[in-house]
Amino acid sequence: MSYKEILASYKDVPGGMIEAFHAIQGQYSYLPEETIIEAARVFNLPVAKAYEVATFYSMFSVNTRGKNVIRICESAPCHVAGAADVVAALERELGIKMGESTSDGKFALELTECVGQCQATPVITVNGKVYLDVTPAKIPDILAEYK
Amino acid sequence: MVNVTIDGIKTSVPDGSTILQAAQEVGIRIPTLCAHPDQSVKANCRVCVCEVEGNRLLQAACSQPVFEGMVVKTKSPKVIEARQTILELILSNHPQDCLNCIRNGNCELQDLAKEYCIRENPFEMKTRGLPKDFSTPAIFRDPNKCVLCRRCVETCSIVQGVGALGLLNRGHNAMVVPSMGQNLADSPCVMCGQCIHACPVGAIGEVEYIDQLIAAIADPDTIVVTQMAPAVRVAVGEEVGMEIGEMPMDKLVAALRQIGFDYVLHTNFTADLTILEEGNELLKRLTTGGKLPMFTSCSPGWINFCETYYPDLLENLSTCKSPQQMFGSLVKTYWADKMNIEPKKIFSVSIMPCTAKKFEASRPEMNSSGYQDVDIVLTTRELGRLLRMSGINFDKIEPSSFDSWMGAYTGAAVIFGASGGVMEAALRTVYEVVMKEELKDVNFTVTRGIQGIKEAEVDLNGTVVKVAIANGLANARKLMDQVRAGESPYHFIEIMACPGGCIGGGGQPITKSNLKREQRIAGIYVEDEQCAIRKSHENPEVKIIYEEFLKEPLGHKSHELLHTHYHAKNKKLI
Repeated sequence: MSYKEILASYKDVPGGMIEAFHAIQGQYSYLPEETIIEAARVFNLPVAKAYEVATFYSMFSVNTRGKNVIRICESAPCHVAGAADVVAALERELGIKMGESTSDGKFALELTECVGQCQATPVITVNGKVYLDVTPAKIPDILAEYK
Repeated sequence: MVNVTIDGIKTSVPDGSTILQAAQEVGIRIPTLCAHPDQSVKANCRVCVCEVEGNRLLQAACSQPVFEGMVVKTKSPKVIEARQTILELILSNHPQDCLNCIRNGNCELQDLAKEYCIRENPFEMKTRGLPKDFSTPAIFRDPNKCVLCRRCVETCSIVQGVGALGLLNRGHNAMVVPSMGQNLADSPCVMCGQCIHACPVGAIGEVEYIDQLIAAIADPDTIVVTQMAPAVRVAVGEEVGMEIGEMPMDKLVAALRQIGFDYVLHTNFTADLTILEEGNELLKRLTTGGKLPMFTSCSPGWINFCETYYPDLLENLSTCKSPQQMFGSLVKTYWADKMNIEPKKIFSVSIMPCTAKKFEASRPEMNSSGYQDVDIVLTTRELGRLLRMSGINFDKIEPSSFDSWMGAYTGAAVIFGASGGVMEAALRTVYEVVMKEELKDVNFTVTRGIQGIKEAEVDLNGTVVKVAIANGLANARKLMDQVRAGESPYHFIEIMACPGGCIGGGGQPITKSNLKREQRIAGIYVEDEQCAIRKSHENPEVKIIYEEFLKEPLGHKSHELLHTHYHAKNKKLI
């Protein structure tokens, strides 16, 4: 579906803009400018308001980024369990720094707030799929799933 | 009713009142920053926190409703200390350059810092380090000074229905930005300047042209001529410690001469002229099947709005330029000729209650004299600064009167300053033109007042003319949507971009509440009553300009100098 079709399909859904943004990100991995402008038109809001929604939630990105979005929790429980080592391993494996995307457009690396899985820290998510008790040693296998 | 005790004072207030409202009832002032008398509760600054007996945490007085038996302390040591810490936190990312700030001496944050004796700030100073936005000729933004109260966002989106401003990010990364984080010029901003009134600090202000004025005055070869809008006098006194409407016109004229203006003329002259042109344009449209309803075109914020949001209705706009621009094109043609002054030597300065007028003067359409018709536009606030800078003592100054040929005006021009005024002024003239009899009572009071939309009917020889008036652009939207849907019952619609009309313009002394706008409106009608002549077509200098120069309303010269057309803005980020 084109982004216009996606937006049109959520037009009458309560809170549909957020749902539509998730669906658009599923295709583009981020929210291109024209999708925000079109969302404003479809939901009859100023562009400034649609942009507010797009930038309020850390799940949405208004900047281009890799297709597979890897997020690592930066909250205290993961930090204590050694998140920094996992971050270092991810950066080493992908050859990028936190906040960057790989040059082949495959991966983006981002920090996130707590994802609510503190029973098995450190936690990372890839495209929303949760990986628990992550160690540096597990990183190559996890990445291999998406290569 | 609910019984509460505030600082030991027992009182009874209506259900649903907030602590802030209850405290106001008993005369206790609680400090606020994000609270605004005409806006929704925001409760984001936390400056108004109070102690509520039985609650471990402090409560925001602006949002916390009272309950039966509530006991509140508004000034306990715990409260004072918390407020000081909150202010220190706000100040820790607020640039400390009050001395250079456009709101120095008129800033809600500065006042609070003073009241709460903020001295050494224990928090690390960390400002945002962002560039200022000077992308428009009318309004600038300094995002570093923003305290995130969001009053400008509500004004822009709810009061004005423009929606140029919004939030970016959340939490401590949040910022107020124009659409998509672009600069103001690329946003749908109409430059009405209402956000300036909403801003408690100096994060938004008018682009100042005082230096250009002083340079022109200093140049002996330049003839500095000024025009002043009808809404300026009623408000400028507030800038120099007077009550609303108190500034006497003859003393203001004298003060302008002391500042260094070579000639002092009045936009009211071209307001009267506008009525002759616009009134005749209306009659022509009514009788020849022209595009109706016709919209007034005096308010440049409204013109920007129409070009941005209703480009399909631009043909409904009167082709009359605004009084400022009519004045601009005439002062460098007709007046220059009359005075035997070379037009290129004239520096034409307009003093306006408006920020959008600064943009209007710079429009490419506005060069019909062969020069830029209006060289610079100063707001009422900038005039206030000039008056203070010049050390003028209004108790001692000798009164003076306007210069000739474009200085005479009627009460009909004066009321241009208030919402409904253009309509009333037009009706005074149109009535007499059509009925060919004297209008006994010139007061069309139904068109007056601050309410958002007003309507009236006038019977002109059996033809019932229906008119509507809107002030504030969110109200204008309602009338425009009706027109767009083909359901508008009106023939003539007056729109003023700013709430209350020009008296509430974006360039007026900082106006926090609508109450002040209503007081200024009252001042406008007092001035109208005091005018010996109250109908535009009876203005003696207007009669002369038609006899000697323009010949007739809507004539050849008028079309060349006094009329124009506007164009779709095709903004992307609306």
